[in-house]
Amino acid sequence: MPTAASHGRAGRVRRFLVTLTFIGPALIGILIFLVYPLAAAVYFSFTRFDMFNPPVWVGLDFWEYVLFDDPTVRIAAKNTLVFVLLMVPARTVGALLTAMLLNAMKRSRSIYRTLYYLPALAPPVTATIAFVLLLKPGTGPVNTLLAQFGVEGPGWFNDPDWAKASLTLLALWGVGDLMIIFVAALLDVPQALYEAASLDGAGRWHQFRYVTLPTISPVLLFATITGIIGTFNYFTQAAVAGSVASGQVTSGSGIAGTFGYPENSTLTYPMRLYSIGFGNNLFGAANVMAVILFVVSMTATIILLRRFREFSGGDS
Amino acid sequence: MTQSIPGGRGHHVLGFVARHAIGIAMAVMFLAPIVFLLLTSFMTSDQTLTANMWPQSWHPENYVEVFRKTPLLRFIGNTFLYAILATGFMLLASVPAAYALAKLRWRGRNATMVLIICMMMLPPQVTTVPLYMMWANTGLTGTLWPLILPMLAGDAFSIFLLRQFLVTIPDEYLDAARVDGCGEWRTLLRVILPMARPGIAAAAMFQFFYAWNDYYGPFLYTSENQDAWTISLGLASFRSLHHVEWHLVSAATLLTMVPVIVLFFFAQKAFVQGVTLTGVKG
Repeated sequence: MPTAASHGRAGRVRRFLVTLTFIGPALIGILIFLVYPLAAAVYFSFTRFDMFNPPVWVGLDFWEYVLFDDPTVRIAAKNTLVFVLLMVPARTVGALLTAMLLNAMKRSRSIYRTLYYLPALAPPVTATIAFVLLLKPGTGPVNTLLAQFGVEGPGWFNDPDWAKASLTLLALWGVGDLMIIFVAALLDVPQALYEAASLDGAGRWHQFRYVTLPTISPVLLFATITGIIGTFNYFTQAAVAGSVASGQVTSGSGIAGTFGYPENSTLTYPMRLYSIGFGNNLFGAANVMAVILFVVSMTATIILLRRFREFSGGDS
Repeated sequence: MTQSIPGGRGHHVLGFVARHAIGIAMAVMFLAPIVFLLLTSFMTSDQTLTANMWPQSWHPENYVEVFRKTPLLRFIGNTFLYAILATGFMLLASVPAAYALAKLRWRGRNATMVLIICMMMLPPQVTTVPLYMMWANTGLTGTLWPLILPMLAGDAFSIFLLRQFLVTIPDEYLDAARVDGCGEWRTLLRVILPMARPGIAAAAMFQFFYAWNDYYGPFLYTSENQDAWTISLGLASFRSLHHVEWHLVSAATLLTMVPVIVLFFFAQKAFVQGVTLTGVKG
């Protein structure tokens, strides 16, 4: 008996070591690139430091500074919230409508799908430059076209009241990835449910409301939450649009000089996080912003994880 | 959908026309920005400042000029280096990790899966300052290595995607291999890899696209060292004394799309499958 037991234990240890050869690198990655920087960010948020000298403990100084004293942080947080409220619904509804149109197509579906998906392939910098060009206030094609109808086009990326809407249009243009997810979800709705509803005299709207929506709601939730988290770290398009629209076209780290153009209207939370650290050298404050961003995005992730468990039955 | 519409042939034709009218109108909207970029890339610098959308004369030499005005070739080389190495490293570490999460039983598996999902969802700015300091200590800031080397530990999103794919492979195949005396690594290499090819292709493409399109990473680590720039960083550098050189920006911008589109058309099926997998089964 003792031999069998030790053999069993040896077998288990051996199996675990084999498992480690598979998952080991990923576990090390989790330690170095998730656990360590998170712990460091929390610690640094209570310190004053630059990149060269060791951090000095200052307690809640930077927390107070970020939460109450820096007006730009508040502007950036508000802008990011507005972006969430504009982009997430716009993209979700846009993707759903496009997917429904595609699913109503028959043989031509794959051609249309490819065409609609193409913009989602454009690198973000590319897409942003294209939109700034397209929406140039004076001579851009969109405003030229509007002028043909006697409408005076807005200043788009150059007008603080329109810059967020312009970026939302850009986000809507690249809706193809979400659209493909919805196309698949719509195809998964059992045809029999539609037939039953139709026999009960349900019209198109009722079929959509009581059959389609409930069936695809898990996918909708997934899209909404990943959309929200994705908008929390919205950086590239806003940074590039500000730089190109301002006419500065600064490159390298100089781009931070045009962050938020025009008039801080496109300054997002992660942009302020970057500039408060690398621009203003207040790395303690940058880490305060990082910890806040972490807490907010993890709250959203926890909701997602709950759904994930329900989907895959917990264990597998 | 059509069969539920009451009425005869007339309704069918009407529905067909309406669908395609909307479909084509939307296709035009989706493609217009790219077409306009293409037209602008053939214009003279002066014409880009006018409202005239059609090139008065065609200047394909703009596509040569972009390489002379900036070290575009170098940017492209850097971007390829980043994208290819990151993708290769990612696959080396992520495929075995996904296998362990999908098909091996071990303590801590669910907890690891939760951590992977947290990592996938974590906005990169949260860890920016500590990681930047870490890389500054190694002296690798100013290069693209801080973006490439971490891939040796796998990439959270790719592990998640691959795991979702591997779960769909029936256990019977694994049991058969094990009965034949295959160890776990042999099972992975001989049995799973051939079956998981579409999933691996999708993960590789996503990673390649991510690196190719990445702006924040190269911006953070290389913005002070132009020699290490990727195209994303270099794109915005076409500026003359007085204004943006739109014709050159457009040409360079379109060039960055070429590899992405070529890759997409070669592996469209795997790609669409990958997008679907991450969304629906997630």
